[in-house]
Amino acid sequence: MAQMTMIQAITDAMRVELERDPNVLLFGEDVGLNGGVFRATDGLQKQFGEDRVFDTPLAESGIGGLAVGLALQGYRPIAEIQFFGFVFEVFDSVAAQAARMRYRSGGRYSSPITFRSPFGGGVKTPELHADSLEGLMLQTPGVKVVIPSNPYDAKGLLISAIRDNDPVIFLEHMKLYRSFRGEVPEGDYSIPLGKANVVREGSDVTIITYGAMVHTSLKAAEEIEKARGAKVEVIDLRTISPLDIDTIIASVEKTNRAIVVQEAQKTSGVAAEVIAQINERAILSLEAPVLRVTSPDTVFPFAQIEDEWLPNPARVIDALNKVLDF
Amino acid sequence: MRAEQIQTLSILAPDGSVVNEEAMPKLSDEQLRELMRKMVFTRVWDQRAISLNRQGRLGFYAPVAGQEASMIGSQSALVKEDFILPSYRDIPQIVWHGLPLYQAFLYSRGHQHGGQIPEGVNVLMPQIIIGAQIIQCAGVAMGFKKRNKKNVAITYIGDGGTSQGDFYEGLNYAGAFQLPAIFVVQNNRYAISTPIEKQTKSRTLADKAVAAGIVGVQVDGMDILAVYKAVSEAAERGRNGEGPTLIEALTYRFGPHTMAGDDPTRYRTTEEATEWEQKDPLTRFRKFLEKKGLWTEADENRVIEEAKAAVAEAIKQADETAKMTVPQLIDTMFETTPAHLEEQKAEFLAKEGK
Repeated sequence: MAQMTMIQAITDAMRVELERDPNVLLFGEDVGLNGGVFRATDGLQKQFGEDRVFDTPLAESGIGGLAVGLALQGYRPIAEIQFFGFVFEVFDSVAAQAARMRYRSGGRYSSPITFRSPFGGGVKTPELHADSLEGLMLQTPGVKVVIPSNPYDAKGLLISAIRDNDPVIFLEHMKLYRSFRGEVPEGDYSIPLGKANVVREGSDVTIITYGAMVHTSLKAAEEIEKARGAKVEVIDLRTISPLDIDTIIASVEKTNRAIVVQEAQKTSGVAAEVIAQINERAILSLEAPVLRVTSPDTVFPFAQIEDEWLPNPARVIDALNKVLDF
Repeated sequence: MRAEQIQTLSILAPDGSVVNEEAMPKLSDEQLRELMRKMVFTRVWDQRAISLNRQGRLGFYAPVAGQEASMIGSQSALVKEDFILPSYRDIPQIVWHGLPLYQAFLYSRGHQHGGQIPEGVNVLMPQIIIGAQIIQCAGVAMGFKKRNKKNVAITYIGDGGTSQGDFYEGLNYAGAFQLPAIFVVQNNRYAISTPIEKQTKSRTLADKAVAAGIVGVQVDGMDILAVYKAVSEAAERGRNGEGPTLIEALTYRFGPHTMAGDDPTRYRTTEEATEWEQKDPLTRFRKFLEKKGLWTEADENRVIEEAKAAVAEAIKQADETAKMTVPQLIDTMFETTPAHLEEQKAEFLAKEGK
């Protein structure tokens, strides 16, 4: 075991896969010699050579097309989109091409591509760097969407993503890159995609969340337990598409109350889908409506007002109080 | 400046005489006859497809008459291991590269089996998103280069498609990585109703290669020998590691844009259409072959009958293909079907069981 930040765990996962499978290729803008704008690919070109880890021209759509074409030739591309706000440039390759390849060809071709991309607020980035656009991907049949919240999960999930024979969007929250270290096993291990993790057990109310909001939710859970003794269960979804519906429903059936916490705007993200699933499957267990803690439905904020705009523990506690007192 | 330098590669005049002996590709009599067979076959199949579409026995169909030389001349210059990324009109190329005709018909009708390309046939399904095939072509070509294979990836787009961002990105990526890619622009002067003059001020589309720093050539797209020659040379460059080529083929579609209600008389003059019909690639090549004693009316009629029979057989095979079911569609979404889709599949299976 080693102590690693999330970004080190991500690098380590790619190293494991580049070593294990000669078909794994890693490319994007400045991922080679430079080691990536966040050092996520640091040292990988040196270790594996320019044939495996290489820079591309500055064109996201081209990166996507390159990935789809290489996948047709039996490669297993890890394509980096420098910031997920730039996904609009490559949306066709992701959502209309890679996502549909297996289906369009009746299984003849597939797109075993991992699209890695940083996102997430709280670090005062310029425009269109931090936007939470995972909801767009959730509504795209044919892709899986993974959002880790800690170093251990990041490595195990990224290894699974790279090995998956269908396209996976792997979203890395910038605020979590270096904010803390965690135990990460050396070498090879994987965490199955589509499996949530109960990161805190509780019996009074469930928080369903992902990404940086896992940590916001854990803080809120501690505080509300101190304040009023409420025992909060926190579910880290880890994969938002496909959702681990069984884990969500089992928890709601136990606690009878739930909220969904996401960094994305209210009408974006996954909250509405989670609530609809609970509604369809566990309405008779509910003692209160399922509430959402989200950002407001504006464009992602100017850097100076981020902290007010993004959900914080106080807003989560508010919602918890509402469902507990309903 | 560059526009002055572009010379249109041309080998046959409309009367079938040779205007450029030097550029004549080295083809045996049998190969020359085979080019003609493919063109006649394709013309008949196009005529049949239009009438089958009108009868409701085919769905989406983009006519190809007029473009046989650019389509077949280019495909014929490839080897089986080369990879074709077609656009929605480029069905002849993928059929001549190995996709069974009945599957092309199933694609037209909207049946998944139409896209189940047989193993060993190196083509992709027709691309509907104009430009996407260009950037994917760079990726396929990079795959060949990385695997040290002496193969090329070829892709096709129309004149309108050259305005897309992905068109430029694909050329530029292929140039930057020196990839064995061939980009064929079939310039038939119209993108639905929009004439080429409204796409760009550029005097030729071949000139667009300059922006990517790659070789650009313009060819008479109604001249199958010129197209064959240009693509052979481009393939040779690709196989030798000399990078990609952009080929602009000047051509014309005699029919509408698609069979979905497009009426070319709204935007093209009869004079223009007639002028181009006189450049018909079949007529010109037939004259060339007849002069050499390589083609007779009997040959032509034999191919026409062969094509009619093949189309009839293909339609029959398409008719006999089992209907799709929603559970089967669900099974082709992912390698391993996730729980929510298994659940939806079970719902449909339960309904079908009734």
